[in-house]
Amino acid sequence: MSDLVLETKDLVKYFPLTRGILFKTKYGDVKAVDGVNLNLRRGETLGVVGESGCGKSTLAKLLVGLEKPTSGSIVVRGQDTAKLSGEEMRLARRNIQLVMQDPYTSLNPRMTVGDIVSEPYQIHPDVAPKNQIRKRVHELLELVGLNPDHINRYPHQFSGGQRQRIGIARALALKPEIILCDEPVSALDVSIQAQVVNLLEELQDELGLSYIFIAHDLSVVRHIADRVAVMYLGKVVELGKDTEIYDHPTHPYTQALLSAVPVPDPTLRGHRDQIVLQGDVPSPANPPSGCRFRTRCWKAQEICATQEPALEPRDKSPHPSACHFAEERDVIHATQ
Amino acid sequence: MAPTTEVQARFGPSIPGTDPSAPLLAVEELRVEFRTRAGIAKAINGVSFEVNSGETLAILGESGCGKSVTAQAIMGILDTPPGFITGGQIKYRGVDVLKRSKEERRQIRANKIAMVFQDALSSLNPVFTVGFQLAELFRKHRGMTRSDGKKRAIELLDLVNIPAARQRVNDFPHQFSGGMRQRVMIAMSLALDPELLIADEPTTALDVTVQAQIMNLLADLQRERNMGLILITHDMGVVADVADRINVMYAGRIVEKAPVFDIYAKPSHPYTKALLESIPRVDLKGQQLNVIKGLPPNLTQIPVGCSFSPRCRYAQDVCKADPPPPLYPVQPGISSACHFWKEVRGDE
Ligand SMILES: Nc1ncnc2c1ncn2[C@@H]1O[C@H](COP(=O)(O)OP(=O)(O)OP(=O)(O)O)[C@@H](O)[C@H]1O
Ligand SMILES: Nc1ncnc2c1ncn2[C@@H]1O[C@H](COP(=O)(O)OP(=O)(O)OP(=O)(O)O)[C@@H](O)[C@H]1O
Ligand code: SF4
Ligand SMILES: [Mg+2]
Ligand SMILES: [Mg+2]
Repeated sequence: MSDLVLETKDLVKYFPLTRGILFKTKYGDVKAVDGVNLNLRRGETLGVVGESGCGKSTLAKLLVGLEKPTSGSIVVRGQDTAKLSGEEMRLARRNIQLVMQDPYTSLNPRMTVGDIVSEPYQIHPDVAPKNQIRKRVHELLELVGLNPDHINRYPHQFSGGQRQRIGIARALALKPEIILCDEPVSALDVSIQAQVVNLLEELQDELGLSYIFIAHDLSVVRHIADRVAVMYLGKVVELGKDTEIYDHPTHPYTQALLSAVPVPDPTLRGHRDQIVLQGDVPSPANPPSGCRFRTRCWKAQEICATQEPALEPRDKSPHPSACHFAEERDVIHATQ
Repeated sequence: MAPTTEVQARFGPSIPGTDPSAPLLAVEELRVEFRTRAGIAKAINGVSFEVNSGETLAILGESGCGKSVTAQAIMGILDTPPGFITGGQIKYRGVDVLKRSKEERRQIRANKIAMVFQDALSSLNPVFTVGFQLAELFRKHRGMTRSDGKKRAIELLDLVNIPAARQRVNDFPHQFSGGMRQRVMIAMSLALDPELLIADEPTTALDVTVQAQIMNLLADLQRERNMGLILITHDMGVVADVADRINVMYAGRIVEKAPVFDIYAKPSHPYTKALLESIPRVDLKGQQLNVIKGLPPNLTQIPVGCSFSPRCRYAQDVCKADPPPPLYPVQPGISSACHFWKEVRGDE
């Protein structure tokens, strides 16, 4: 398919666990990302949700090349990135940009806004001739709703929401097709979150961008995503269009996650299906056999411990769901 | 002095001058400022509210609006200097805590009011076991022996649903997960049977599934013990699930007070209304998110008149002049610090 801009195939990232200082011996692996297959189409937003430590940021780092996969591949516009030459790689990288969570720490405090936004042009001098850079930076600042007159200010002179705009402007500098947002609004105040979410949506319409939007806030993801991947312990457990995931979830973990999301409407109090999960998430260094969710799952049977459920459509789940007993259960709307 | 009666053994000494029919906690016209090099930050500018036994009051607002400082002033843990209480009263059962002796203040705060913080790890002592820390509380404030204290500690860990409490009581804080640590914190705050619990963003650092567990636990404990609970949060979803009444804060003032059902159905202040329109809901698709333009004010230069006026779509000239709008009574139990509350409600 030609409108496929990004694809991962059995993507794996293990972080070795080592003992000793001088002579490091390896005694295990943190299985941060463990066999992820995803794809992204032109102009669409893929949401990635899941609890702390499930591997969302590691996935993002793999996709932008900040981490090297242990195995598996990343295919950008039909090309396997592992097989690219240095120069081809540089060009491919340019096409995927990252916007990070923390606008307070992701910007260099000693650089002016102008320096920050123009930095990508220093790294990729072939994109814009030197005498054009200032003009480009002006345009970018305007595009994200910042005053271009503030080009010589430093990050600390801006609010959190404005700093996030600076990060977005820098990500847009090289005209990428794909923007990866790792918790782009989590550190922002409620009244500022909407500003940034709306900005991202406008930019997408205007520039035809594709987004991977990573967040633990399921309400924000519902708002912005066309499709959603739910992750648990390094694996995608359910994948579907937003209504499939939110209104017709079939994996028990998705159901538990959604039922825990508070809804700002007191009339729903006591009228929603609440699933309270027992226990904690197991360690990704030693995940349970079979289905990784089985230790907390109320539906688990023997087969769940012995056979790993594949992420695929099932009898009672038209969209892919990695559960032997996948079955729809509406948990976010009112019941009687 | 060893406690003399059974009541004292459980609840600590009684405080002279208290009136059992007075509100559990009444904050009146509280003012707090921070005197810093950058100027005087007026963090709390005349805040008044009451909490009674058995009810949950939510204090809702964005970062920097003064939620934690309010709690710190009540608990007597304000960072002084630079922070100073410059006016107002904090009354426990009719007794102004600020006017009592240091010892009495300590008694009230140790025995009657307790607090749970956002960051459990930094409020637990890393070098002692959880059991030891709990037992110390009982020894210090209730004159219990170490071994009796330890028994109570196990009961408490059980109460907050820590599995295998008998073994885990000997663990150190870092051996618990984030959610479990928050449970331990809640256990500690309940140790001396407080009448009022202040929870400052108790679940903000936690995952949603753990957040749901902790909020359920707090709500159950509050009901069982008929405690007063002040829940401080910026999350309108959490508030909708547990609060009875809501105080919305903006720039160190309360701008709206209302029962939870009323505020979501019909907000009376433009800020509350704008906040509600700016948050996405998990059960709706295709919502238009309304943006609140601009930023909250710098507390060293709070705008004259209504401090929300620079961001407000209802603002008129009267809003930009002193005095700031008072809390107008809207209906019994509802008040709004907006000159145009009728327009905001659409009651016009
Ligand atoms: N450089 C690293 N070395 C070792 N382990 C790592 C490293 N980076 C991440 N991990 C581990 O990999 C797992 C996945 O981490 P990751 O940061 O991807 O999670 P996440 O889903 O982004 O979580 P959060 O919501 O908290 O940001 C975690 O157990 C984490 O501790
Ligand atoms: N120790 C301090 N020194 C100087 N200023 C302070 C101090 N503590 C608080 N302030 C100021 O008082 C104001 C209110 O702070 P407070 O901590 O109450 O906010 P908050 O509503 O709890 O916000 P958050 O949601 O971020 O926790 C802030 O503007 C802050 O800058
Ligand atoms: S496969 Fe089994 S353990 Fe896993 S989610 Fe489904 S029922 Fe639960
Ligand atoms: Mg992360
Ligand atoms: Mg606070």
